Amino acid sequence: MEKIKITIDNKQVEVSKGTTIYHAAKANGIDIPTLCYLKLDHLNIENRPGGCRVCVVQIEGRKNLAPSCSTLCADGMVVYTNKVRVLNARKTVLELILSDHPKECLVCSSSGQCDLQKLSQKMGIREIHAVENAEMSTYRKDYSPALRRDMDKCIMCRRCETICNDVQTVGALSAVNRGFMSVVAPAFEQDLVDSPCTFCGQCVAVCPTGALTPFDDTAKVIRALADPTKTVIVQTAPAVRAALGEEFGLEPGTLVTGKMVSALRTMGFDKVFDTDFAADLTIMEEGTELLNRISKFLNGDKDVKLPILTSCCPAWVNFFEENYPTMLDVPSTARSPQQMFGSIAKNYFAELLGIKREDLVVISVMPCLAKKYECQREEFSTNGNPDVDYSISTRELASLIRFANIDFNSLSEEDFDRPLGESTGAAVIFGATGGVIEAAVRTAYELYTGKKLTKVDFKELRGLEGIRTATLDFNGTPIHIGIAHQLGNARKLLDGIRSGMYNFHAIEIMACPGGCIGGAGQPLHHGDSSIIQARFDAIYREDASKTIRKSHENPYIIKLYEDYLGHPMSEKAHHLLHTKYFEKNKN
Amino acid sequence: MTAFKLQECHKKTIEDICNSYNNDPGDLIKILHKCQTAFGYLPEDVQRVVAKILNISVAKVYGVVTFYSFFTMTPKGKHAISVCMGTACYVRGAEKVLDEFKEQLKIKVGGVTPDGKFSLDCLRCVGACGLAPVVLIGDKVYGRLEAYQVKEILDSYED
Repeated sequence: MEKIKITIDNKQVEVSKGTTIYHAAKANGIDIPTLCYLKLDHLNIENRPGGCRVCVVQIEGRKNLAPSCSTLCADGMVVYTNKVRVLNARKTVLELILSDHPKECLVCSSSGQCDLQKLSQKMGIREIHAVENAEMSTYRKDYSPALRRDMDKCIMCRRCETICNDVQTVGALSAVNRGFMSVVAPAFEQDLVDSPCTFCGQCVAVCPTGALTPFDDTAKVIRALADPTKTVIVQTAPAVRAALGEEFGLEPGTLVTGKMVSALRTMGFDKVFDTDFAADLTIMEEGTELLNRISKFLNGDKDVKLPILTSCCPAWVNFFEENYPTMLDVPSTARSPQQMFGSIAKNYFAELLGIKREDLVVISVMPCLAKKYECQREEFSTNGNPDVDYSISTRELASLIRFANIDFNSLSEEDFDRPLGESTGAAVIFGATGGVIEAAVRTAYELYTGKKLTKVDFKELRGLEGIRTATLDFNGTPIHIGIAHQLGNARKLLDGIRSGMYNFHAIEIMACPGGCIGGAGQPLHHGDSSIIQARFDAIYREDASKTIRKSHENPYIIKLYEDYLGHPMSEKAHHLLHTKYFEKNKN
Repeated sequence: MTAFKLQECHKKTIEDICNSYNNDPGDLIKILHKCQTAFGYLPEDVQRVVAKILNISVAKVYGVVTFYSFFTMTPKGKHAISVCMGTACYVRGAEKVLDEFKEQLKIKVGGVTPDGKFSLDCLRCVGACGLAPVVLIGDKVYGRLEAYQVKEILDSYED
């Protein structure tokens, strides 16, 4: 790559041709503020509308200030990022944005995490020179089961639009109208629930303000905990333990499993259980389904649907219901771990305790916003009582812990309750892209070949590339695996199968970057992809630290089948642990 | 005004328009332009069909439709009246002419008469400033118009 020399703030630096001033500065320790620009390295995410004008810099010999995010370095260029003219321009831009922004920071759900708020602090904004009683733009608020849109707080950074269209290829959001009335909205400004939105929530994960926020269910959790007539149990998803610590100032990638359990117990949950248990259960069901289909296929059954697609990710389920209505019989019928847990809790565990399902409240802590929608799906309730009552995100758990005045970092490490808290390493890796299929392979290999698996680490299935493929040797039978994370990659993979480019037996798909670890309910990454990498590594560390690393060896899973379910795919298992899919196609 | 019901023949019309542009999403504006000429306006269902054929999201199509003031999602009257409010027309009394149209038709700007005969809109400069103030009714241009002439002109449209 051709190198060029430029001067930034009196410092000579060398950069590759084609580098923007923003990146050249960043590489040399100068962090130029921006509200719209966003790039997640290695995850193929970039938003560069050049719209917010906060990142302007002064270039010698150029009359106007230039947006550094979209101006390329040229040889010999002399750039100033912090001249008074630049700083004043940034401040004015910021004041103009704030002049049409509600001043309700004290009660805004994004307070403390808001990029706009942080920048206002940094720039020392103390007053906004707005015209008195000037009109503010207002829009109808939109509450979906998973996320809220309050477009009064939108600054038109277009990050959500890029994520929704270019990264996820969902196409629910677009900039509509013009001038003062312009806003990012679904077609015909309908509600998100009526749009093709999958509730993946990645728009929320990148929103620099409080315009897009999760639907907050923490008040309902507090009410349940305070109700003496209810038994309240909680399940925590694998990815939560790898990220929750960030909310309390710990390094990304710090595993806080024990402290999290301890905090939940302190808050008054009657039982602290683990979604990982249900992940092991998922492997039993989904793995068996996979083996059944592959065996049938190898025995010459031409009607069998292959590849089998994983169905753990609720945003992915919404995506294929919307976009691939003719393929509804292809994904595994296995419910997601969250819903398997809910079903086992409200049936098996309520029976064990001798209480009615209505008196058992199941809370899930998820890295995900789509889970909020999933637990409200009609098919996951009995007589109007849902299997999972409320789903809260990792960030919401952190705010509950703060609300309960618990000093998280000084908590001792505790273990999950039994029976629904025991899990294996195979379950933990559900939190990262490729993890579900690796867990399935660990079990399927042993069931299929009848041989003991000596090496449980399938490194060929791991990584953060958007689409990965691998062929595994099942005792002479080659098994072709496909993996995709982010829905745009899923679409590419599926379209590749339709066109005959790919040929797989099994495919794992996760909607979020990096899998659940990059979920929209996780602590915000603010554009730093190294955080996602750190969580990814943490997940595999947790797996390696487990004594049992194959789902079918989980003693409590074995017991659950012996005492209650019979065998995988039994009639009872089918009734409690499997589901069906519905055509959506809203647009 | 009843909601627009998309018929098979309408779909065919949209398909033909898209086809004439090789179903290229890059020609979305031209395609919408043609669709509006064909249907008089761009109801939701037309936008949905265009999006489907071009393989782009409906949100994107809606974004374009709402960005350009030329596109409209409300049906126009049989005779669409456009009053030019460009600078030249404005200073020569376009507003008085507009007020007279509002008064005579009992509708606001952007509205349609209940019988669907007339609709009223404003536009910015038709490039005939020498004739200011200018009003377009359908394809017909009326120049140097004064408010007292409005009733007479409207009466000349019989159906």
